[in-house]
Amino acid sequence: MPTVQFTANLASQTAAPACKVVGTTVREALNAVFTRHPTLRSYVLDDQGAIRQNVVVFVDGTAITDRQKQADAVRPDSEIFVMQALSGG
Amino acid sequence: MSTKLYLGTRKGLIEAERCATGWRITRNSFLGVQVPMLLPDACDGTLYAAVEHGHFGTKFHASHDAGASWEERACPAFPPKPEDTPDVVNFLSQQPIPWDLKKVWALEAGAAPGELWCGTLPGGLFHSLDCGASWHLVESLWNDPGRAKWMGGGADWPGIHTILVDPRNRHRLLIAVSCGGVWESTDNGSSWTNIGSGIRAEYVPPEQVYDPGIQDPHRIAWSAADPDTIWMQHHNGIFHSTDGGKNWQENLNANIKYELRVACDGALCVMRTQDGGQTFEPLRNGLPQEHAYHLVYRHCLDVTGDGRTLAFGSTTGSVWISENGGDSWERLSADLPPIYCVRFG
Repeated sequence: MPTVQFTANLASQTAAPACKVVGTTVREALNAVFTRHPTLRSYVLDDQGAIRQNVVVFVDGTAITDRQKQADAVRPDSEIFVMQALSGG
Repeated sequence: MSTKLYLGTRKGLIEAERCATGWRITRNSFLGVQVPMLLPDACDGTLYAAVEHGHFGTKFHASHDAGASWEERACPAFPPKPEDTPDVVNFLSQQPIPWDLKKVWALEAGAAPGELWCGTLPGGLFHSLDCGASWHLVESLWNDPGRAKWMGGGADWPGIHTILVDPRNRHRLLIAVSCGGVWESTDNGSSWTNIGSGIRAEYVPPEQVYDPGIQDPHRIAWSAADPDTIWMQHHNGIFHSTDGGKNWQENLNANIKYELRVACDGALCVMRTQDGGQTFEPLRNGLPQEHAYHLVYRHCLDVTGDGRTLAFGSTTGSVWISENGGDSWERLSADLPPIYCVRFG
């Protein structure tokens, strides 16, 4: 089962624990997380379901390319990491 | 006299209280996160705050103990855009206006307890009947063909920054849009009419100068004593209406338009009229009168219902309070983050 982890910066705002979930794409994996933690969804996705402009999702160390629909494939042992882009004050 | 003051800032929500010796800052919430809009709801005492995370979007929180503790509520969100719905294009940038909330820019209590109205960039009006537990987009306004004329004024997208709920008939609403003029609903948001004859934009092509659908009202406000009288700070200057917003007169004697967006000649003042706009007087007592480069955003002056207590805050982190109708001012602090919103509780 893929693992989904979130930046500590997000976890300081809302419940964002690491999860093992079922899914063959990033969207399926994220949706499985949001089913468990519904509030988390709007922190990661915008109103139309795309990855927020200043959020980045990595799968096994590589940034995903389909930020709109998150169709990027994941393997059963993949590690998905959700982080925020760097920014200043 | 109000004894609570809430400040939405670049770095959180900051509270001040009136104690025996004067006003003092007492608490902060959401430290480090932007708070562009807040609402102390006089109906039931709930305090609402829109909290804008730089990376994770805008969230909506409520407090039942005046800011001591908070719970997250639903945030207004645009519904999925139907694939067969054409884009409304911002003609300035030729970019489609997104169905995605960028900023909460107006928040007011509605007719019933727990009823809320929320205005956003990019130009959405949202309605809640359950204290923000759920919201829906007011589609009658979002789908109005007149929205195609709206454009951003200083922002990438047009936005609803003012919502007025008529104190005599709380199903009558006025909203103001930068840039999209003034819109009226007499049926609690079911239908809308663009009003505003006489509002003038001198900086647009001649055929659009008096077009009510392209105007840039920076802020509008009822007269507490007579809600048919409405005041407007417009990009062009000050206007007022005496018939509920249908027709407007320009207060040419009060027009101060300073495109540098700092206090004129470095001397900060608040302008006051006590004769219906025939004359305006600058109030300067207690305000810095040299090398003052303060910029005061549109939501950053509040006045209590009796007109005696006023507060305003600047993007350079100063807040001043007057307890005598503006005759004199005291600075609460010069050390705050940029101020986005000032409201008495």
